[in-house]
Amino acid sequence: MGALPPDPQGYLEEDEMMTPQSEAELADIIAGANGPLCIEGGGTRGIEVPGERLSTGGLSGVTLYEPGALTLVVQAGTPVAEIEALLATENQRLAFEPVDFRSSLGTEGEPTIGGVVATNASGPRRIQGGAARDFLLGVRFVDGRGEVLRNGGRVMKNVTGYDLVKLMAGSHGTLGVLTEVALKVLPRSETEATLAVEEIDLAAGIACLSAALGSPFDVTGAAYDPDAQRAYVRLEGFEASVAYRAKALREQLGRYGAVTEVSGSGELWRGLRDLHDFAGLEGDIWRVSVKPTDAVELIPTLGATRCLCDWGGGLVWALMPEGVDLRQRMTVPGHATLIRSGAGTSVPRHHPEPASLAAISAGLRRQFDPRHILNAGLMG
Amino acid sequence: MEMPTPNAAILARKAELLKRLQQVLPDDALISDEAETRAYECDALTAYKCPPMLAVLPRSTQEVSDVLRICLDMNVPVVPRGAGTSLAGGALPTADCVILGVARMNEVLETDYANRIIRVQTGRTNLSVSGAVEEEDFFYAPDPSSQLACAIAGNIAMNSGGAHCLKYGVTTNNLLGVTMVMMDGTVVEIGGAHLDAGGLDLLGVICGSEGQLGVVTEATLRILRKPEGARPVLIAFDSNEVAGACVSDIIKAGVLPVAIEFMDRPCIEACEAFAKAGYPMCEALLIIEVEGAEAEIAHQLGLIVEIAQQHNPVELREADDADEAARIWLGRKSAFGAMGQINDYMCLDGTIPVSALPQVLRRIEEMSAEFGLKVANVFHAGDGNMHPLILFDANKPGDLERCEAFGAEILKLCVEVGGCLTGEHGVGIEKRDLMLHQYEAADIEAQLRVKDVFDPKWLLNPAKVFPLSSTENRRTVCLAAE
Repeated sequence: MGALPPDPQGYLEEDEMMTPQSEAELADIIAGANGPLCIEGGGTRGIEVPGERLSTGGLSGVTLYEPGALTLVVQAGTPVAEIEALLATENQRLAFEPVDFRSSLGTEGEPTIGGVVATNASGPRRIQGGAARDFLLGVRFVDGRGEVLRNGGRVMKNVTGYDLVKLMAGSHGTLGVLTEVALKVLPRSETEATLAVEEIDLAAGIACLSAALGSPFDVTGAAYDPDAQRAYVRLEGFEASVAYRAKALREQLGRYGAVTEVSGSGELWRGLRDLHDFAGLEGDIWRVSVKPTDAVELIPTLGATRCLCDWGGGLVWALMPEGVDLRQRMTVPGHATLIRSGAGTSVPRHHPEPASLAAISAGLRRQFDPRHILNAGLMG
Repeated sequence: MEMPTPNAAILARKAELLKRLQQVLPDDALISDEAETRAYECDALTAYKCPPMLAVLPRSTQEVSDVLRICLDMNVPVVPRGAGTSLAGGALPTADCVILGVARMNEVLETDYANRIIRVQTGRTNLSVSGAVEEEDFFYAPDPSSQLACAIAGNIAMNSGGAHCLKYGVTTNNLLGVTMVMMDGTVVEIGGAHLDAGGLDLLGVICGSEGQLGVVTEATLRILRKPEGARPVLIAFDSNEVAGACVSDIIKAGVLPVAIEFMDRPCIEACEAFAKAGYPMCEALLIIEVEGAEAEIAHQLGLIVEIAQQHNPVELREADDADEAARIWLGRKSAFGAMGQINDYMCLDGTIPVSALPQVLRRIEEMSAEFGLKVANVFHAGDGNMHPLILFDANKPGDLERCEAFGAEILKLCVEVGGCLTGEHGVGIEKRDLMLHQYEAADIEAQLRVKDVFDPKWLLNPAKVFPLSSTENRRTVCLAAE
């Protein structure tokens, strides 16, 4: 450890990371743990909580893939890239567009499906098709007692008992360590097209996205770039259908500004999804969730270096000067997550909850992780 | 179906409870007369009836909070009720409970087309939510077949689906926020007009919790712009296997219809006799609906027809106008009514992987002979949500029990092939005792621990969802401590 810089957050060398090769082994490790554990998928989110590092990387592989039933069951440590390649062979995809944080956070490693699910990391298509949690059909996980638990299943409709599947999605490893997830997958679109509305200010930009999302044309992406003063609207589907809708939408959005068709639609949305524009820039990265039209009030009050709006305005990415607590500047309802920050920041990563909800969350964490050892303190 | 023995100590305090409730509710919100409480003795699972001790019909979140606080203080179980359309007995009372009905809370609180949301009180019926936004050409997507009568409160409790959820998802995918009253009277706001609530996904666990975690009084729902048009196609096959293979091929080809409905021969015959929709007599019938602009509809239907032709359908009927489209849907939409006319029936809703369809239908047919009860199948084929309708005669001694035994075998079969006990109706009392076929004891225990957090005294709808034996300690411990 002598060669490493001092590390109060409990960083250990790579070879000191525990990487169980089976669910049973993982359960043994958790049951036998006598201190906090820092749960890690591919390590691309740069999460550092105190404790021994425990990786799901050893739990990898596809358990079941049935294209005709739109069903995929995979082990939690399976790389997302591997899954996407497999789905592509059947012209299918993960419809919620998992975000890849590597470029914006400056991290390395391979995003895993377990990490995606645990953080509910959903891209632009969330506005139309839903988030990771909406596509999650079932989970297996090991709770903080070391017990292997199962909820949901592999079928699309399932209301048998409580939906702990949703509870696990976005729980950031604080209730249990995912070992296997079942997902609904969808057909890949035959083609896509993106319209850009040029030279449009924030208020008009968000109004334009609202109009597009409120049209019958099944918009699957609605973003606004305040720096470029440009609104983007994506359409996907069969060729003839996309052409028809692009034409109709072009006419409808013409009143907001000059409408052009973007070349390289796929690349554009990958960039928006993964915050390519924020890569390498100094400052803290915040993710703010608000009512879409509230973005108009929110953004000018933030004093951000750079902003991007996705989900019709409902998701605002903000690059803020280091150490500034964006939450203090919010005048609209919603919540903000600190995605990237400088070392030693005192600003909590997750938005503090109102007392009544915090009590419920703490109660749930006590039930699933009574010793408070799983990613302790990460969410509250 | 066994229900817990009513608690004599609670029954003995009825007058005191009534007096305390009178202090927080107007007279017309409180029903204590035995003749009147009978109106709440069952839901749509009418085989089981039990009048509650009292029923309350509050008009505000505050009144709900007052009622729950008093019931907690007096250890009285509370059974929340939407419109009472549960097919699983979700709103079935016990003799020592208070029925808390939200039907009088049915206002639209806010519509916001720019953000595509509507905020309603949860006593509002499903269809009238769509009705409230229809003039702007919007709609609320989840469409359970009881949508004319069922309330949003019940939709949230059961995480209701519908025929069109293949494309639009079920209630949980269209619910953005709730105002919920906890058993101790605390009012919590979860989520809202923003797309994802912060923190743990409490909304996700509340939706589908069958009224056991809290009473949801207001909901923020996602509304969508109506597509320009929709059109069905009807395809008839001479075997269930071929129809199943056709569904799978359509999905694999990248077409995502809004609905794929499947009917088997007994169902087709019954519907035809009842509704005279002119359905072809065949072994299996698919009704597939696609949406969009005219050009898109034509394109998608073209692909579907091309795939269907490869499976040699005995008949393929496209709708050239609205009238023909309505005729295609007519039989399907009257399926339950048709069954009701022939007989008493029990409607199951187990879900299976689509690939297991032929195998499951074959096995159901065999079991039908074994039990000596007819069964008709109608279901949402795209997502594998089955609706076997078992026909029986309620007046014939032993028939109900035989029907329930048959139903249980079908549901076990669903679990065996990789599916689940219930896709959209909920567990209620109906499937409560089958839960251990789907989950290990530890998996059930994890769910019970969730209820412990929200309702530590186990007073909210306590005798539902889980086998009574697995919840007995929790249900009785607090009462004993009294």
